[in-house]
Amino acid sequence: MSSFFAPRSLVSPTGILTRAEAAEVARRALAGSPAEETRISITSTARADTRFAVNQVTTSGENSDTSVTITAYAGGRAASVNTNRLDEKSLADAARQATEIAKLVPPNPERMPELGAQQYPPAKSRVISLPTPTERAAAARKVTEQARAAGLISTGFIECRVGATALANSKGLFAYDSSSAVTMTATVRTSDGTGSGWACSDGDTFDQIDAQRVGETAVEKARTSRNPVAIEPGRYVTILEPTAVGNLVQLIAGAMQARAADEGRSFFSRPGGGNKIGLKVVDERVTLLTDPADSPSTNGGYDGDGMPLEKVVWIENGVVKNLNYDRFWAQKQGVSPTHAGGGGGGFGGGGGGGRTLRMLGGTTSIGEMVKSTERGILVTRFWYIRSVDPRTILNTGLTRDGTFLIENGKISRPVKNFRFNESPIFFLNNLELLSPATRINASEALGAGGSTIMPAIKVKEFTFSSLSDAV
Amino acid sequence: MDQPVTHSRRDFLKTSAAVAATTAMGAHRLSPREAEAARPSARDDPAVRELMQVALDVAKTAGASYADVRVAARRQQNINTRDKIVQGVSDTDTFGLGVRTLVDGAWGFAATSMLTKEAIAQVTKSAIGQALANRASQLRPVVLAPTPGNQVGEWRSPISTDPFAIPIVDKVALLLAANEAAGRIKQVRQVTSSMFFLREEKTLMTSDGSYIVQTIYRTQPSMSVTAVSDDRTDFQTRQSNDIAPMGLGYEHVLSARLAENAPRWAQDAVEKLSAKPVEPGRYDLVLHPSNLWLTIHETVAHPTELDRAMGYEANYAGTSFVAPPEKVLGQLKFGSAVMNIQGDREQPGSLGAIGWDDEAVRPARFDIIKNGIFVDYQTTREQAPMLDWYYKKTGKPVRSYGCSYAQSWSDIQFQRMPNVSLLPGKNDYTWDDVISQTDKGVAIIGDGSFSIDQQRYNGQFAGQCFYEIRGGKIVGMLKDLAYQFKTPEFWGSMEVIGGPRSYHLGGAFGDAKGQPGQSNAISHGCVPARFKQVNIINTGRRA
Repeated sequence: MSSFFAPRSLVSPTGILTRAEAAEVARRALAGSPAEETRISITSTARADTRFAVNQVTTSGENSDTSVTITAYAGGRAASVNTNRLDEKSLADAARQATEIAKLVPPNPERMPELGAQQYPPAKSRVISLPTPTERAAAARKVTEQARAAGLISTGFIECRVGATALANSKGLFAYDSSSAVTMTATVRTSDGTGSGWACSDGDTFDQIDAQRVGETAVEKARTSRNPVAIEPGRYVTILEPTAVGNLVQLIAGAMQARAADEGRSFFSRPGGGNKIGLKVVDERVTLLTDPADSPSTNGGYDGDGMPLEKVVWIENGVVKNLNYDRFWAQKQGVSPTHAGGGGGGFGGGGGGGRTLRMLGGTTSIGEMVKSTERGILVTRFWYIRSVDPRTILNTGLTRDGTFLIENGKISRPVKNFRFNESPIFFLNNLELLSPATRINASEALGAGGSTIMPAIKVKEFTFSSLSDAV
Repeated sequence: MDQPVTHSRRDFLKTSAAVAATTAMGAHRLSPREAEAARPSARDDPAVRELMQVALDVAKTAGASYADVRVAARRQQNINTRDKIVQGVSDTDTFGLGVRTLVDGAWGFAATSMLTKEAIAQVTKSAIGQALANRASQLRPVVLAPTPGNQVGEWRSPISTDPFAIPIVDKVALLLAANEAAGRIKQVRQVTSSMFFLREEKTLMTSDGSYIVQTIYRTQPSMSVTAVSDDRTDFQTRQSNDIAPMGLGYEHVLSARLAENAPRWAQDAVEKLSAKPVEPGRYDLVLHPSNLWLTIHETVAHPTELDRAMGYEANYAGTSFVAPPEKVLGQLKFGSAVMNIQGDREQPGSLGAIGWDDEAVRPARFDIIKNGIFVDYQTTREQAPMLDWYYKKTGKPVRSYGCSYAQSWSDIQFQRMPNVSLLPGKNDYTWDDVISQTDKGVAIIGDGSFSIDQQRYNGQFAGQCFYEIRGGKIVGMLKDLAYQFKTPEFWGSMEVIGGPRSYHLGGAFGDAKGQPGQSNAISHGCVPARFKQVNIINTGRRA
C-alpha cells in the first residue's frame, strides 16, 4: 500500500526534498505526462512549532509534506492537478488527469509559452535544520519565566519552517531553491488586563532567535503600558516602529500590478489613462525595492515562470520606477517583464523567498526621534488592517500592544489604542525622520517567512479616527 | 530534464517499482476520464484503520493517557475565469495522518503524509517526545471533560449533486456565460468569476474507543465586477457575496443563478460610480443578513470563544471583552432583549455542520446569548472543565459543545467556532418591512471591508451596496461608507429584527485563528436588523 507515498529514501532528515530528489520527482511527473507541454511545480515543507500561553507551553506540532502541481498545456488550454502522493503511478495519473481536463477548457489567448532552461546564480550555503521540542520549550521558558517573575502573563509562539521548491517543464527548465525561516513572538499582559506588550525576533535559523530579548522587550512594554489614558483621536506627529511601518508600507507593494494600473483599477492608474511610472508619489527619501540578496533562500528565488529573480526598485527617491508586469502584459505593452516573483502578494507567484521588501532607512535612532518630539504618539504595531478604498490605498486597522504618548521629548504615558483610516501614501508624504532599516516580521499571522526590512519613521501627521477600549 | 542522475535516484526507481508491484490501494486507480468523478480515499479503508491503530498502540505503550489519530483525504477544485478567459483550472488532492497525544497532562502533535507503519510509529513517537518536552513547563495539567466514548458512526454533508462529478466543460460554460452577461453593461471593465469545491473524507480514531468516518463538502460560486469611470478618476467593485459559501454540493452553484444575477451586480458597480458620497453622522442602520453575518462573526462569535477569554490566543487573534468568565457568565448585558444567539453544528447546508467534532464529541445546540444576556462560551473537551463551577451553579452538565476542529491532517485540533447565529424575532418582518418602518437611515447589502480590535470592542465594517432610506423607502445609492461602533453599544441598539421568513445563512471559509494559523469554515444565520443611531463615516479621500 505504500505506493501512494514517497519511498523513504526520497526524503531528507528534515523531511524536505534535496535538489536531486526534486529533480527525480519532476522527472517522474514529466515522464508520465501525455500533454504537449507540461510544467511541474514542487513544494516541500517541514515545520516545527511550539505555543505557550498563560506562562506554560500549551501545544506544539511537527509535520512535513511534499506536493506536486502538474500543469498540462494543450495549445492555449491549461489545467493543473496537485497531489502529495509522489509515487510514479500517482504522478502519472495526476498528469493524465490534468491533460484530460486541459482538453476541455477553452484556450486562453493570454497564455505565454513555457520558457526553456535558465541560468541561476550559484547556491549559497545555508543551514537547513529544525530545532528539537526541548530546544523550543527552553526558548519559550526564557519568556515565561521572565513574565512569571514580574507577575505578568505571557503568551507566544515559535515557528520554524524549512522548505524546498522546484519548477521544471518539458522544455528543459529546472529551478530549485530551499530556505529556512524562524519567528518567535510574545505578548505579555498585566494580570489586571490593562497593559499589553509585544516583541518579535525573526531570523533564518533558530540560533538567530533571541528569546531573552523577546521576553525583556514584551515584559517592559507590558509594564509601561498599564492603565492607559484616553486622548482625543485626530492628527498626531507619530513615530512608527519598524513593525508598524512594515504593516502599512507592504500594502503599497500589493497595489503595484501594472495591468490594474493601466486599466484604471489602481492607485497607480494615471487619471486620463496610463500609469504613474515616472511620477513622484511620496517623499523623496522613500525608496522601496526587492532584492534576491535579501532573500533567506539558498538560490535567491525564481518567479512563477521559472526566471531567476532580479533586483527591482519599485519606488526610488519618491518616484514610481517599476510596476509588476507579467509576461503577457509586458508583451502587450512592449516592455520587459518584471522578474520580481516570490509567493504572491503584489509581486506574483514563484519559489523561494525572493519577495523580502526593503525600505531604505536613515540615520536617526528611535530614541532621537522621541527626543525631537514635543507631542506625539509612538506605535509598536498595527492589527486587523483591511483595505477600505483601493483608489488611495486607504486602509483601516488599530494600534496594539504598546501605544504611548510622547511629551517634551519623552515617553510620558501609555494611551488607549486607536483605530486609523490612513494610506501609506499619505503618511509617506509627511515623512520627517528615518532610522536604519532592520529585519522584522510584519505579516498579520506572524508565521515564519514573513520578513521585511524596514526603518522606524517619524511622520508629521498620522490620522487616528477613533478610540478602542481594547488592551 | 538535464539534471545529473544521483546514485539515490536509481534507488527510488527500484523502490517504486517494487511497491507498485505490491500495491493495495493503488489498484483503485481509475482511467483518466473516470478519475474526475471518483478517486481513492481514506474513508473507512481497513488498511488505513490498521495504520491508525498502530498510532494508538505506540502512544499507549509510551504512556499516553489519551491519544487520537486522524486520517484525511481532501480534494479541492478551483476554476477561475476573467472576462472571456479561463485563468485556471486546478485540482488539489492531499492525504495524510496526524496524531495527538496527551502525556501527564501535556499535549504533543505530529503529522505525516507517508502512510507506512514505520512512518506512523515515528510520528507518534515525535508527538510523545513533544509532550514530554512540553511537560517540563507545565503549571496546570490538561484535564478532558468526560464523553460517552465509544462513538462509532458515519456522517456525510447533505448534498444532492457531487460537484466533482460535474464535467469541467459545464462549469466553465456557466462561469463564462455569467461573465458575458455582466460584461455587456457599459463601463464594466473587468469581470471575474470562480467556483471552489472541497470534499474532505476524514476518519478519527481515539484511545477511548471512538471511530468516526465523515465526508464533508463545501461549495462556493462567486463573481466580482469592476466598473471604471470614463475619465478614469474612479473605479468601483461589486462582489457577489450575497451568495454565501455553503456545506452543499453542485446544487448550490445552480441555485446561485450567476448568469441571471450578473447584470444586477454589474449595474450596482456602475451605479456606485455616480452614487452620492455619504454625509458622515449618526443614522439608523438597517443591515441585510448578507452584511450582518460578518458582524456577528467578528463581534459575537469570536469574543465568546473560551480560549480567547482565558488568554490562550493573546499573541495573535487576541483576548476578549467577554471576560473574565466569573464576572460575565449569566451577567453581562451583551445586547438588547431581542438578541438571542445560539451555537450549533447542525443547520442543514451550513459550513459548520458535522456529525462529530475532531475529538469525537457529538455537538450540541447551545445558547450563547439569551434575551441579550451572555450565558455561555464555545468549548472543547479541554475547556469545558475550566467552567465546572458555572455549570454546577446552573445545573448544566460539564461537557464540550463539540467545537474542536483542525483544518487538515497536518494541523492540531483546537477550539473553533461552530455556526453562531442570531435567532429570528417573533414577528414575521421581512427586509422590506424593516425598511418601511424606518423614517431616515442607511441600508447595507453584502459584506465589505471589516476590521476589529483584538478584544472585539471597536469595529469598522463596510458593505457592497449602501442605500439612503427616507420615509420608509430606499431613495438612492450612497458610497464611501463604513459603520463604526463599540460592540455592546451596537448590539444594545438593535431595536427591530426580521422574522423566520427573512432568515439567511451567510458564511466564510477563511476564519483565521491559532498559531500556526488555521482556517475554519462556518456559517452564521441571521435576519435583517435595524440598529439605532450608529456612527457612519465617509471613507473617500483624494490621493
